[in-house]
Amino acid sequence: MIRALAAAAILVGLVHVAFAVEPSEMLSNPTLEARAEAIGRQLRCLVCQNESIEDSGADLAHDLRVLIRERLKAGDTDAQAVKYVVDRYGDFVLLKPPVEPATYVLWFSPFAILAIGAAGAWLYLRRRPVPPDEPLDLNQRRKLERLLLDDQ
Amino acid sequence: MIIELGHFALILALAVAMLQAGLSLAGAARRDLNLMTAGRLAALAQFALIALAFATLVHAYFISDFSVANVAENSSTAKPLLYKLTSVWGNHEGSMVLWVLILALYGAAVAWFGDAMPPRLCARVLGVMALISLGFLLFILLTSNPFLRLSPAPENGMGLNPILQDPGLAFHPPFLYLGYVGNAVAFAFAVAALIDGRVDAAWARWVRPWTLASWCCLTLGIAMGSWWAYYTLGWGGWWFWDPVENASLMPWLAGTALVHSAIVVERRDTLKSWTILLAILTFSLSLVGTFLVRSGVLTSVHAFALDPRRGVFILVLLFIAIGGSLALYAWRAPALEPGGVFAPISREGALLLNNLILASCCATVFIGTLYPLFLDAIGGPKLSVGYPFFDRTFVPLMIPLLIAIGIGPLLAWKRGDFLGALQRLWAAFAAVIVAMLIAFYLSHGGPVLSVLGIGLAAWMGIAALVEFADRLHLFRAPWAEVLRRALAQPRASYGMTLAHFGLAVTVAGIAASGFQQQRIALVHLGEALPVAGYTLRFDGIGKHEGMNYTADRAEFTLLSGQRVVAQLAPERRFFPLQQQTVSKTAIHTNFLADFYLALGDPDGKGGWAVRAYWKPLVPFIWIGGVIMAFGGAVSLSDRRWRVGVAARRVAKTALPASRSRA
Amino acid sequence: MTGRRLLYLLPLVGFLALAAYFLRGLAPGYDPQVLPSALIDKPAPNFTLAGFKGGAPLSNADFAGELVLVNFFASWCVPCRAESPVLMDLARRNVVQLYGIDYKDKPEDAAKFLQTFGDPYRRIGVDETGRTAINFGVYGVPETYAIDRAGRIRWRHVGPLSEQVVRTEIMPLLKQLGAS
Repeated sequence: MIRALAAAAILVGLVHVAFAVEPSEMLSNPTLEARAEAIGRQLRCLVCQNESIEDSGADLAHDLRVLIRERLKAGDTDAQAVKYVVDRYGDFVLLKPPVEPATYVLWFSPFAILAIGAAGAWLYLRRRPVPPDEPLDLNQRRKLERLLLDDQ
Repeated sequence: MIIELGHFALILALAVAMLQAGLSLAGAARRDLNLMTAGRLAALAQFALIALAFATLVHAYFISDFSVANVAENSSTAKPLLYKLTSVWGNHEGSMVLWVLILALYGAAVAWFGDAMPPRLCARVLGVMALISLGFLLFILLTSNPFLRLSPAPENGMGLNPILQDPGLAFHPPFLYLGYVGNAVAFAFAVAALIDGRVDAAWARWVRPWTLASWCCLTLGIAMGSWWAYYTLGWGGWWFWDPVENASLMPWLAGTALVHSAIVVERRDTLKSWTILLAILTFSLSLVGTFLVRSGVLTSVHAFALDPRRGVFILVLLFIAIGGSLALYAWRAPALEPGGVFAPISREGALLLNNLILASCCATVFIGTLYPLFLDAIGGPKLSVGYPFFDRTFVPLMIPLLIAIGIGPLLAWKRGDFLGALQRLWAAFAAVIVAMLIAFYLSHGGPVLSVLGIGLAAWMGIAALVEFADRLHLFRAPWAEVLRRALAQPRASYGMTLAHFGLAVTVAGIAASGFQQQRIALVHLGEALPVAGYTLRFDGIGKHEGMNYTADRAEFTLLSGQRVVAQLAPERRFFPLQQQTVSKTAIHTNFLADFYLALGDPDGKGGWAVRAYWKPLVPFIWIGGVIMAFGGAVSLSDRRWRVGVAARRVAKTALPASRSRA
Repeated sequence: MTGRRLLYLLPLVGFLALAAYFLRGLAPGYDPQVLPSALIDKPAPNFTLAGFKGGAPLSNADFAGELVLVNFFASWCVPCRAESPVLMDLARRNVVQLYGIDYKDKPEDAAKFLQTFGDPYRRIGVDETGRTAINFGVYGVPETYAIDRAGRIRWRHVGPLSEQVVRTEIMPLLKQLGAS
């Protein structure tokens, strides 16, 4: 993170202190402000690494925060405000990539990998069954387990 | 003159690495003990030479010798001594030297403790490590040489990026590198085992301490990096899922899986080829982490963008190391004998689940980090993959593991009793309810996910304690018996309990972030700002002169009612050399919660912007990390890993020459 | 048995696929941080900006029907200094109309900047709030846009222009758009 931050700082030549939302930007209407913050947290600061505009000290992030608050005051819905920014900067500003054919692999592979791995493990275990033990009564089993536990 | 000595030492180290690789591998192939012993000596010599080279670089920074280009580019005279020294690895070239230094350190350690191992295994491990060292020494000398002179020497250096002027730089990168590079040892063991065509319990015992050592260091390194980001950034974020962080998380996840699967190999002689693959992947991810992320492939960080040769060189190195080992794996691993069988509900089964989930999580981070580049490469749209993606994938994948962590250690090897384990965990179930009720009450019905997270943390923490109490027969046996059992427990089992408990602590810290309260406001002198039941009083503002910066320093008093809790003095530091302003936050902690204060810009009319946060349990995130690493260290000290304590004694008497020569 | 062997080959195959695509990432001139504009082939945003130093205001109506380059710059932007000789050269060769938009700048600083490094622009608009820049999708100065006769954005370059960019991108583009 720090290295990324340092790199970003060099990149944009931040002369400004790294500081996110400023009091002067905040809306007096707490519901609107909360909505604005929620939107801001979904949008990427373009000159930073995976930081949202809500958390970034970059100048552009500041401008975008003000812009979103203006849009909301003008009566935009959350989706409209987001679209306003996306229309200008593309899907890249969305920290949450849209679920669309191009991102199916991204969104579904984590679970697909787990499922495939689980299936593989299941097959592996089934192909090599454990020979049945002599049935033990409960007491014996407890005792045995304890012994095995202690051993470890 | 001194820096030339370092340069020379590094070139010599290259030659010695070549020798080490040749002697060790040839010795192992020909079963020639003399060659193998010479290989071990070469490993020690290589370490000494690289240490010398590193020392000369440190010296150049110490005396601010700006005739050395690397020093001129990254240091300056007006800087606290600590930051002059940490500047050594605050840049690409210097950090590369640190990288090979640590690799050589591990190599020397393997050589030093090698008496306990079969000589051929030791020799092959050292041979493989020497090959890695060879590659990276070549990389340094050909593309990233920090020993080059600058003529004429400038008056002063360009200084270190102010963000890096922090004690964090003294510890975070070295520990991270100790973790990354430590994975090279397990990698070398895996390759050696593939060459040998044999993996057994003894192999797992030898490899496990190295895996544990690097896991501890990586855990600490990541925790420190996250803490550093937390107190530097001015708004209290501690994890961003950016490529650099992900690069350290991936080897950590794979390494954690490896630590666990090695147990299965050791205890039950099974999951062997999987463990070998994990060892290869863990180091591969470390390499990808250290290099590809910085190579300009993912982000155009300037180090590599300036010199595309570096990127190509690194890619070739990675190709040889990773591709070569995976090819060897494809060729040799099918011949590894399958080991013991086990039922799905068993200790092995639980460890397999652990591996399955950790591997999936690791793949998720990998895909999330690389997918934007992948799409770009095939001509798709430009995308960002930020925290919302990981919140929706990584977190749900992780939850089953966090639940299973409480049950797994209670299952028996080979075939476990699931219901019996659950019965023994009644206390943990009770703890979940109590913890969630308390969290719900204290946060006045705060975010549901955070409350559930606290419940999960309670489950994990209490389950870890229950398992340990069970082992000691606490409340079931007389105290003397419990004490006897406590003393008889192997350190490794203490280590496991600590590590699992530490993870619970970290999870609690992460979950509680939903309870934080924040206040962003403009304050004037004398004003009081209510934040989360406290009062923050703005007492004064003044100028403060640092060694290489000027600062606005604000004085605040934190009050609880009328009682003074703490004095806080956040600063805004301006570094004239770099024309950069950096926020220095003030944090008051009682280890249960942080009060976090950052100073922003003045409005020019006597008002100052401040950001104040009350962050309950946030210190737990890093305390948990430290507990985990400590657990690993305790496990590492288990005498069972010092395999062949007896064997070494024998070796000492049998081979006194090797020891005295070493 | 061969099926099992293939399984062990899988990690290697996966790695080779990855390596191939990393190689693509190292191709010269590839910079993952450069974003394509979301406005390519879309109408340029409307704007009316105050003129520079009391000059006439600049609006997109001013270059309707013309093929132009619009360059966002600022006196505080270091890379802008690097590209100024390239812009001056473009202006001298008079191959395309060049308009400047002074981004978030103090007029006196900008005047000094133009005095020192030369003024290649036909006219300059002052974007004090940076709002016009946002409408264009600017994320860092300098950025340069090519707008065709129909008023659509056809090309965008992020970062300082270089001789090479002029030769390999701008000139062919002008040729193509000039011909059509």
